[in-house]
Amino acid sequence: MRYAMAIDTKKCVGCSDCVVACQTENNVPIGYCRDWIVEETNGTYPQLELELRSERCNHCANAPCVRCCPTGASHIVDGGIVLVTHNDCIGCGACIASCPYDARYPHPDGYVDKCTFCFHRVQKGQKPACVEVCPTKCLYFGDLDDANSEVSVILKKRKFKTLIPEAGTDPQLYFLI
Amino acid sequence: MKEELIISGRMNPYVDPTLNIWHWQIPLYLFLGGLAAGILVFAALSYIRGREEAHPWAVKKVPFLAPVLLVAGLACLFFDLNHKLFFWRLYTTVKLQSPMSWGAWVLLVVTPLSIVWSALHIREFFPNWDWKYTWLKEAEKFANKYKLALAWVMLIYSVILGVYTGILFSAFNARPLWNTSILGPLFLASGLSAGAAAIVMFTRSKEERAYFARVDLIIIGIELFLITHMFMGFMASTQVQIEAANLFLGGPYTAPFWIFVVFLGLVVPAILDVLELFDYHVPAIVPSLLVLAGSLMLRFLISFAGQESRYLY
Repeated sequence: MRYAMAIDTKKCVGCSDCVVACQTENNVPIGYCRDWIVEETNGTYPQLELELRSERCNHCANAPCVRCCPTGASHIVDGGIVLVTHNDCIGCGACIASCPYDARYPHPDGYVDKCTFCFHRVQKGQKPACVEVCPTKCLYFGDLDDANSEVSVILKKRKFKTLIPEAGTDPQLYFLI
Repeated sequence: MKEELIISGRMNPYVDPTLNIWHWQIPLYLFLGGLAAGILVFAALSYIRGREEAHPWAVKKVPFLAPVLLVAGLACLFFDLNHKLFFWRLYTTVKLQSPMSWGAWVLLVVTPLSIVWSALHIREFFPNWDWKYTWLKEAEKFANKYKLALAWVMLIYSVILGVYTGILFSAFNARPLWNTSILGPLFLASGLSAGAAAIVMFTRSKEERAYFARVDLIIIGIELFLITHMFMGFMASTQVQIEAANLFLGGPYTAPFWIFVVFLGLVVPAILDVLELFDYHVPAIVPSLLVLAGSLMLRFLISFAGQESRYLY
């Protein structure tokens, strides 16, 4: 079992629906977000190329945040999802400093918080909130070990990249390009 | 031209626009821990080498600072935590890959050791000290009997403590400035240098002062070598590390680093130590305070600049 997400940068329009859906679903405190949209512009006017990416925790297979955590609060569950156990977390900030994607933040209640791939929904067989609401259907979620899952199928068909693979984290968000 | 913007407006406190999760607590703790490690290393080394009489302050008196520094450092660590009431979780598990975890365990060994070492020399300050309870007297006898073993354990653990203050940073591959294994030896050297400076500052023995001033001079040389080596490594590395080094080579940290750490914290005290060698009289407190301030500044600058160095955007 290896959960992963594919993000179609050709279909994403940058509407931020995924961000709002996540904040609502996960009760993210006001002023914080677990996912965000990056707009990358290449070239000079009028020869511009635009890429839109819906980004979040990469649920890295070689997760530096899990490695650095002194209490084991950051851990990897079945399916490769990286989670934080709130009552094991001392809020030292080591995981926040260790994440090359800056995907974590200190929750106002003290513990460290981040995207969970909506683990509570995935357990019930549902898709993460961001995937569910995306109006252009540019997010794909599923099990990479299952050759017929949505995400496996699309990754077989399309060219993709991951973000800063040189950081050595083996990220599990695949951006279709 | 390439430009990246977060258009959904991410502004997570302490993370955006640049990482700002560690403030004064962590660098101050690293300084206090490094200084305590330096003091304990010299206490243990001088004792093991049978120099107890030649270096009375290093072995018997200056180590009284160590428990105070360590407890103050632990308080800093505690203030740094965002989820303070769960701090005991550190001691419910051992995570070998997390420097913070084994650092916490090392502190749990070093702090009591430094207290025991101070207790063994309490009569230096209170000649008529009486432990009152028999079990305490027995404990003192026991510790005195195995003092050499105690010194060895203290030596090993304080070296680990000194190295750990640097490894804590270098474990983070996400922050290119920290991601260099030179930080381990550099922070150890800086802690040892601060420890030697503390001994030079407090000792009333002329020979001891001259000896530790020479020791400090050698360690300052090593530090300068390690700093040069660190920048050479960065400049020969990948773009993210070149950019990290540029924070100190023309970037916003250039002036504080080269003036306060390298010039005032290393070069000037080294010159003063050399002058002392040639029998010019320099008040001991001047090079010592400069070394201590430089060592503190090094931790602050590496901590803050490291948080600004990054892969993204």
